[in-house]
Amino acid sequence: MSGPVRKEIIPGVMLTVVQSDRFKTDCLSITLLTQLCPENASKNALIPYVLRRGTGKSPDMKAVTMRLEDLYGTEIVPVVRRVGEIQCTGLYASFPDSRYLPEGEDILPSVTDFMGEMLLRPKTRGGLFLPDVVESEKEKMKNIIRSRINDKSGYALTRCMEEMCCFEDYSTMRFGTEETVDVIRYKDLTQHYHRILAESPVEIFYCGACDPDRMELLMLQALSTLPRQELDLELGTDVRLNSVEADPRSVEETLDLQQGKLVLGFRLGDCMEDPSAEELAAIRVFNECYGGSVTSRLFKNVREKLSLCYYASSMLEVHKGLMFVSSGIRPENRDVAQAEILQQLDSLREGTLTDEELTAAKNSLSSAYRSLRDSQGALESYYVNNALDGLLLTPEEMAGLVDEITAEDVQRIARSVVLDLVYFLHGGAPEEEDEETEEEGEVIDE
Amino acid sequence: MNKEEYPSIGEVRYTETLPNGLRLVVVPKEGVAASYAAFATEYGGAFRRFRTGQDWLDTPAGIAHYLEHKMFDMPEGNNALEILSANGADPNAFTSSGMTVYYFESTRNFQENLEMLLKFVSTPYFTEESVEKEQGIIGQEIRQTEDSPGFEVYIQLMKLLYDHHPIRDAVAGTVESIREITPQVLYDCHRIFYHPSNMTLCVSGDVDPQEVRDIALKVLTPEPGTAPEPDFGPEDLAEPKEKRHSMTMEVAAPLFYIGAKFAPAPRGEELLRQKLTAGLVLRLLFGSSSDFYTEQYAAGLISRDFDCEADYSAGTATIIMGGESTDPEKVYEEIVKTIEKNLRFGVNPRDLSRIKKASIGARLRGLEDVEGVALSQVDGTFGGYDPLRSVEILPTITAEECNEFLKQVLAPEHLVMSLVLPKGR
Repeated sequence: MSGPVRKEIIPGVMLTVVQSDRFKTDCLSITLLTQLCPENASKNALIPYVLRRGTGKSPDMKAVTMRLEDLYGTEIVPVVRRVGEIQCTGLYASFPDSRYLPEGEDILPSVTDFMGEMLLRPKTRGGLFLPDVVESEKEKMKNIIRSRINDKSGYALTRCMEEMCCFEDYSTMRFGTEETVDVIRYKDLTQHYHRILAESPVEIFYCGACDPDRMELLMLQALSTLPRQELDLELGTDVRLNSVEADPRSVEETLDLQQGKLVLGFRLGDCMEDPSAEELAAIRVFNECYGGSVTSRLFKNVREKLSLCYYASSMLEVHKGLMFVSSGIRPENRDVAQAEILQQLDSLREGTLTDEELTAAKNSLSSAYRSLRDSQGALESYYVNNALDGLLLTPEEMAGLVDEITAEDVQRIARSVVLDLVYFLHGGAPEEEDEETEEEGEVIDE
Repeated sequence: MNKEEYPSIGEVRYTETLPNGLRLVVVPKEGVAASYAAFATEYGGAFRRFRTGQDWLDTPAGIAHYLEHKMFDMPEGNNALEILSANGADPNAFTSSGMTVYYFESTRNFQENLEMLLKFVSTPYFTEESVEKEQGIIGQEIRQTEDSPGFEVYIQLMKLLYDHHPIRDAVAGTVESIREITPQVLYDCHRIFYHPSNMTLCVSGDVDPQEVRDIALKVLTPEPGTAPEPDFGPEDLAEPKEKRHSMTMEVAAPLFYIGAKFAPAPRGEELLRQKLTAGLVLRLLFGSSSDFYTEQYAAGLISRDFDCEADYSAGTATIIMGGESTDPEKVYEEIVKTIEKNLRFGVNPRDLSRIKKASIGARLRGLEDVEGVALSQVDGTFGGYDPLRSVEILPTITAEECNEFLKQVLAPEHLVMSLVLPKGR
């Protein structure tokens, strides 16, 4: 696999090609970058779903899907992501490489054509999106937003993000809210679509056997009618370094559920002041040591030593400078669990990290970076995310940086991190006394 | 080792059954960064009753999964999960109704990690204290699952379809059933089901098959074993007793699963053919280009989460389709109509050939990922077939076979529906 080739092929349109003949499928994504904000998030998010419903040539879902099936099950799916406070909306295609198709059928030009057509020549009436298509995709998006309570761990995490960043645009979820979806009208949406098409920077990513020159040519053909006006180049994420209040805020909510979900939201703090690639590597190693793996402090202590939970882990949102610790626990163990989670952070701040712990964390993280090259989907999100930060390191180079991180680096990050908000979701006051006492037997006190 | 080549899809496979009975499969992938190994036993949540010598032993629900958790404890007092992780591997395990799989992926020290995997899975070590302690962790895992509407809608569907077969119970058991688990019964289960003769080692990655074989020969017992005799209880009823189950939970919109059980084909290529046929039929009738899907999607009755699949486990086979809908009864009606129409007129041959093309593309996509390749070989080993043959077999499946499958399996009288409805509506 050669390193990525990156080029601006149209004003504001960057093409990144990772050429490799190791894969049996190709991946191609086209992403529009917009600033995340409550006013536009739902509109931006809805657009690729409406585009996927039909084009001038393939006017409805059945026609679109049949055309994709004929292209040996090519998949084109709408993608909506939130990277820090940048909203990424677009289309992601995955399709078999010609070398493995009967008679080596070259379907690549048909796929790039179809992608361009879907993005630029949607099915319209009188130049406007079809109202029934817009309404039906609105309903589905509202359902998705409502259904987030189905996954209680994910719900608790989202709620913690919303509460913690209630004064920041980051509290806007990638689809917005039911209300902001609800008010969308097909005429406004069409106008908005033309606007973001003309003004948004675009990231195109391709990974597969095709060489960069041919891909550039194919994309220039596919996007030949892409309108370009003055570009919105002010995109970015506002990183808050300290907590909102002097003492951590606390939010508690109830739903009908058996397990309690505890989420601690942290700001990464001063280390996020214009961080270098090395500092970002240090932040990732710290997260791995603290709660990012099975050798981490949280897994070993909160789960294995105290048997308090099935999962206790930390995750980063580096672009926004945040870290979240999540755990599913018996509601009555909340204080013990929270104390242990914070105690482990304090311990890392004191510099108690052992060489074994550090090595294990670095091995696991650099191995994760090195194996990115096995998956086109992983490479796609790696390169698109990094492009937003202006970071152009390969995964191998990131792995190299990880290998250099020291225990002092980890300690420095641990000291930089600030707890901002604690969110706790639980089933409410215990109703059945009997059952509660009976269940005491489950917990083993050490 | 036995070597098979698949030039049209660019794959090679090495297989051998070692003298101890272990079935070894290696699918090399030159140039990948991470290699993957799965060490699996044909023993899962449904294997609750089995023979030990003269007697039959009944074990508590959730024991296979409990055993999986406890296998990571090593006699030296350390934990295999940590050792493998520290050595650059990404290890884990899962238990289904029909099997338990221990695996890791690693970008370095593959041989050492493989040795460790084989060693810890063949070395049982349980104490009263460690077994009791796991109850806190697994208890929370069970609670978490029970809070999941997706799990409830699934398990209630299985209870509708299966009257006796233990596949109707949750793999992890219940908070009550796992209290009965003792070190002794864990040792018994390990002895019966974790002999290499009941297991398979499937590896995919940048590896030398001969080296994998040498490591397996070095670490595992050379003695051949005896085949376990699990008992899944009396023959299940041909038709489901009840056709509907509904319950309420904290969900936004109703969740529904519609299902039907059927007799799995016997082990061997026949089974692979049946699985592929099932996949084609489901895609033809309910896939994203079908009349059913496009019409119900446009009407707002189903969304992108609508899914259908044939699920094979522990000697059972089940069609499961569903997702979220504001009106599951209406979707049920439409599904019945679709089936009836296809039963009457037969599947459309032109649609079939397009669906086959799409399925070939999907198979090629599946070959990208070492984990997918190795786990499909685990399924293949226990099912007695070679999944890499799929791309050759798919084009040979006829419209008649699809129609026959439809008639045998999806006749509307076989269908049941499980529902999770929003609270307070």
